[in-house]
Amino acid sequence: MRFKILATAVAALFVTAACNKSISDRTANLPPLSPADQDLNAGSWKTMLLTRPDTFAVAAPAATNSTGYLADLNELKGYQKNLTDAQLGAIKYWSAGGVLRWNEIMRTLVAKYNIPPYQNSDTSYPAPSSANPFAYPYFPFANPPYAARAYAYVSAAQYDALVACWYYKNLYKRPAPYKTDSTIKVYVTKTDLPSYPSEAAVLAGVTAEMMKLLFPDEIAAIQQKLLEQEQAAIASGAATRSDITAGEALGRQVAQAFTARGRADNAGKAIGTPTDWANLKTTAQAKNQLPWLSLETPGRPPMLPLFGKVKCFLFDSATLVSLRPGPPPSTGSDSMKNATSEVYAKIKSPTRDQMKLVQYWADGAGTFTPPGHWNAIAAEDFIKKNYSEVRWARNLALLNCAEMDAAVSCWDIKYYYFNPRPSQMNSEIKTLTGVPNFPSYVSGHSMFSGAAATILGHIVPERASAYMQMAQDATNSRFVGGIHYKVDCEVGMAVGKNIGNYAVLRATQDGAE
Amino acid sequence: MVFLLSASLLRAQTDLDAIMMSKKNLCIGGSYMYSSWDHYWEGSFKRVNKNIGTMSTQMFGLMGTYGITKKLNVIAGAPYVTTHVTRGTLHDQHGIQDLSVWLKWLAVEQNVGNGVLSLYALGGGSIPLTNYIADYLPLAIGLQSKTLSGRLILDYQLGKFFTTAIGTYTWRSNIKIDRDAYYTTTLHMTNEVQMPDMTAVNVKMGYRSDRMILEATLANMTTRGGFDIRKNDMPFPSNRMNATMVGAHGKYNFKFVDGLSLEGGGSYTVAGRNVGQSTNFDAGVFYILDFSSKKKKK
Repeated sequence: MRFKILATAVAALFVTAACNKSISDRTANLPPLSPADQDLNAGSWKTMLLTRPDTFAVAAPAATNSTGYLADLNELKGYQKNLTDAQLGAIKYWSAGGVLRWNEIMRTLVAKYNIPPYQNSDTSYPAPSSANPFAYPYFPFANPPYAARAYAYVSAAQYDALVACWYYKNLYKRPAPYKTDSTIKVYVTKTDLPSYPSEAAVLAGVTAEMMKLLFPDEIAAIQQKLLEQEQAAIASGAATRSDITAGEALGRQVAQAFTARGRADNAGKAIGTPTDWANLKTTAQAKNQLPWLSLETPGRPPMLPLFGKVKCFLFDSATLVSLRPGPPPSTGSDSMKNATSEVYAKIKSPTRDQMKLVQYWADGAGTFTPPGHWNAIAAEDFIKKNYSEVRWARNLALLNCAEMDAAVSCWDIKYYYFNPRPSQMNSEIKTLTGVPNFPSYVSGHSMFSGAAATILGHIVPERASAYMQMAQDATNSRFVGGIHYKVDCEVGMAVGKNIGNYAVLRATQDGAE
Repeated sequence: MVFLLSASLLRAQTDLDAIMMSKKNLCIGGSYMYSSWDHYWEGSFKRVNKNIGTMSTQMFGLMGTYGITKKLNVIAGAPYVTTHVTRGTLHDQHGIQDLSVWLKWLAVEQNVGNGVLSLYALGGGSIPLTNYIADYLPLAIGLQSKTLSGRLILDYQLGKFFTTAIGTYTWRSNIKIDRDAYYTTTLHMTNEVQMPDMTAVNVKMGYRSDRMILEATLANMTTRGGFDIRKNDMPFPSNRMNATMVGAHGKYNFKFVDGLSLEGGGSYTVAGRNVGQSTNFDAGVFYILDFSSKKKKK
């Protein structure tokens, strides 16, 4: 009897232990992308950087009755004869949308690289080096400004490359393999979109090539993703080898125009020098302001103090200066004292709801950053819209150029005023997430969110008020988390919306609406 | 110990010992534990962090053990926990943590050689009593996971000296955090976190009489999976948290008040992974209420 009880108890335990604990991503099980409209005229949309859609020539494809094309079809049919579960899985994964999947991969890379370097033994800090990305600290440190720029370059390059792709698709009008040979099985949604050059390969090529600038440590891993996407495109029946080869070459050429821009956009100098860091302090003191101090121990140099000099996508440097708001309350003033007390009162005994709001929007070290969070929000809604690949790319390019330009403007403002954080003004102020290592005024979260909600509200008008509410929540989270004064959030939100409006202006003029 | 202080440390003398309550006896008590560390392991890299300084945890526990029969006891307990760091800006946390309940069964008790060999089988579980934040390590007061545990205790007593070996397997439920996405060794686009199971082994040796117990302890807990904290990153609930601790513990039953006992002890973490190198002290006072008709001593 005793042993029966014991046996039953042990058995019950093992049954429970065997419960499946595996978790799955929100987008793990999407159906193939089925655009309502393939945007066949997208070859005429206004590009971000290229001056013309045919800047890079793509040779005319071989005729569909040529021996070369028949060999292409035989390769395709050969794959289809023996598709493994892994290959079917890859087809399913990529068929949900190449722009979506590459955006998710980008968010993964940002989260992977978004950790501040550990100090040297002498309490100084090492800086990542693009010349030697494999040595610790790994290049890059994908902090919010770096990440915002990386998302923007990849999205803008993907967009320009797909505009060029659509231009040639429309020029050559080569039908998809499943249209030329009815024996080919189709694992994606059949459309009338011409297959040359392949949009999947354009995306793979342009993104892989961008890694040389943005995540050089990952070139080899991303090359594997490229091969997986291209192989899936062929095996799914959507593209032939010649569609792929032409597409990848076009994508890489477009990316090279963007990497050339990126190497000259001042981001490489954004870290500044010890002299620059000292000047920020003396400049603030000359204005009778208490200068910002790193709250980390050992004190860490400010994050990318010259990022405000980076070349924007949506406006010029004179506009950047005009976007700069007036100063925050003087650090010696009563209104600064009151603003600090207001933060302290809010953070002294935080509620669980307050913590939840802060955590949800924190997007701090080790995460895909606030621009990444807005990409996730956008992607979830774009999935429901069934956009064509080129429209997906266009919409993410608008979002991410707004986010990058918000980062540039925000960093310009932060280092122009060099304003202390609440916890520097009053060390009793403890925070519900890590204090970022850069000046307080204005809130980066507020700028990113104001800009993102504005352009997303234009793209998905029925969600405009929901986006604005989310932006307001993100903004509030920084005040109730003890990270920012109220004024940082309010002004940051206003400037962010202004920047979002530059993206809206572009959206109304790019030929896609 | 650790980032994942569970109530098991606190109740070291009940679900982890070879002692039973008599039928219809209720042992109730309160205990206090203080744990602190300034070094911790980031994966296998041992370091300090001047933005944390010294991290301390205090637990105030209430617990009870009831003898359903002299061979079947039920044990329950729950702590109130506070956490604090001496440096940096991270906010303290405090709150009621998890309720744990164990059933403890004396399965075998027989003379072997000149001594007595006994085997106990335990089944237990825990559930969070409040919605405290788990994704805020090292300051979170707990991990929000529901657990089920199976445990075997093998004890041999020879005269006044004893040796106990304990093995535990703990199944842990997944948890939900306040974020929509997080990175472990890859990005997860969900708020659900897969929690690896844990095993623990304890060995205790010492002196045990009706009046008192003095023992040396060795404990090891191992997470069956999980991932390492990345260099200079923050800890996460599903980290691979391992620790080996040595310690000493004592218990004294007073003569002048029947059923009253005091206990206390300490332990030190000698090896670990993704945990703090904690030093722990605990003290408790317990009292036995006898509800059986015939008054008898435990």
